[in-house]
Amino acid sequence: MEITFGNFNVMSNSIPQNMSPEEILTVSELTRQIKLSLEMDFHKVLVLGEVSNLKFHTSGHIYFTLKDEQAQLSAVIWRNRYANLNFPLEDGMKIIASGQITVYQMRGIYQLEIQTIYPVGVGELQMAFERLKQKLAREGLFDASHKKPIPKYPERVGVVTSEVGAVIQDIKSVIMRRNPAIELVLYPVRVQGPGAAEEIANAILEMNLYGEVDVIIVGRGGGSLEDLWPFNEEVVARAIFDSNIPIISAVGHEIDFSISDFVADVRAATPSAAAEMVAYPREEILNYIEKLCETMKDILESRIMDSKRAINSAISSYVFNRPRDLIREYSQRMDELERTLISSYKHFAKLVENKYISLKSRLEALSPSNVLKRGYAIVRKDDCIISRAKQLHKGEEANIQFFDGKIDVKVEREY
Amino acid sequence: MSTKKSNKSSIEYSIKRLEEIVDLMEQGDVTLDEAIDLYEEGIRISKECAEKLKNAELRIKKLTKDLDGQFRLNEIGE
Repeated sequence: MEITFGNFNVMSNSIPQNMSPEEILTVSELTRQIKLSLEMDFHKVLVLGEVSNLKFHTSGHIYFTLKDEQAQLSAVIWRNRYANLNFPLEDGMKIIASGQITVYQMRGIYQLEIQTIYPVGVGELQMAFERLKQKLAREGLFDASHKKPIPKYPERVGVVTSEVGAVIQDIKSVIMRRNPAIELVLYPVRVQGPGAAEEIANAILEMNLYGEVDVIIVGRGGGSLEDLWPFNEEVVARAIFDSNIPIISAVGHEIDFSISDFVADVRAATPSAAAEMVAYPREEILNYIEKLCETMKDILESRIMDSKRAINSAISSYVFNRPRDLIREYSQRMDELERTLISSYKHFAKLVENKYISLKSRLEALSPSNVLKRGYAIVRKDDCIISRAKQLHKGEEANIQFFDGKIDVKVEREY
Repeated sequence: MSTKKSNKSSIEYSIKRLEEIVDLMEQGDVTLDEAIDLYEEGIRISKECAEKLKNAELRIKKLTKDLDGQFRLNEIGE
């Protein structure tokens, strides 16, 4: 009897007696069964290991070995998946990879097809951060000579951040409080997770193409290093560097520094602080303009006075031989000038005065509870509102009302 | 690309010009007529600035791009 396995012919008498032909599998059959079994049992796994032998293939796919002390595992990330990773993969990195085991039948190997990678601990990200920081510093991206001045009185402020969340609200409320004459132009982006860095970089570019903002705030609220990661990516750093419009980077809370902070023209500790930088208080601008006008008026007044004196002394001078009419005319013109000077100034002063009335009415329009929700509180002592620090002394008790309730406090120290 | 307005903030520019005017007047090497012209310019600029600052209310808009590449500003609903 002759049994055929593909191209192999095996004489039945060469099969050991304790085997039945039905039990015998071809390599393909076995491999197919292994494939089925492995891929079913390990279609979703999380694997902890260290990256080694990392190879970026020209096809864009990435091959490497995931290993620990006792074992190793071939791993692959397809090109489209790698594009979604929000940090650079490097040899020696410790990661948790999620994906599935697949069997490559042609070569009889199994491998981990990776869908997502999570860096283990902040150590790895911290190292990637330092490497990029040093690289960009060497290229001169952080040099002071590239820093553009932030305009002092911008009228339109671009904001690149998430449309939802606290950041845009914080910026809005600071601007509202300090200088509501400013117009905010938001370019909404995702600020964390895969693809966020590209969105942020693109938004900065688009803002530049749009061109009608005086300064751009790029930022997000605080978070873990992973959350803040897009702001540590090269693509964002380069977009900030390439921007013709000055950029304020405002990422996270006080202590977090990001690469974007180093490249930007100015770093703000928080998005609210960035808003304060661009919103010079309206009152102060108006006061300053008023002061400049007063100076102009004073100078001109004294100039007119000087001229009047000169005319008078000319009239009384015997050596002066011009017709008197001409002199009188000139003198009259000085008086007129003085009058218009005063009245045009008064007109301006009245305009500025009105600002207080309009501000007052706006304040009244805000309900007290809304004000309290913005972080203010009312201090009372014996049911009287305390508006000055001087009204309370050490050891005295007071009551503080927040939007959601009241507490009693005792003064510890006076300043 | 959109048609560019003056990239310079006009309040920024106006205040700079005001400061310049005060400097020129202070230096005293302008004639009285020139000083009057400067003063009038200064008052005009100040009025424009003050009106602009006072009348504006906070506006927040969203920048988007049409399919044909035109930028558009949309109001953001509260």
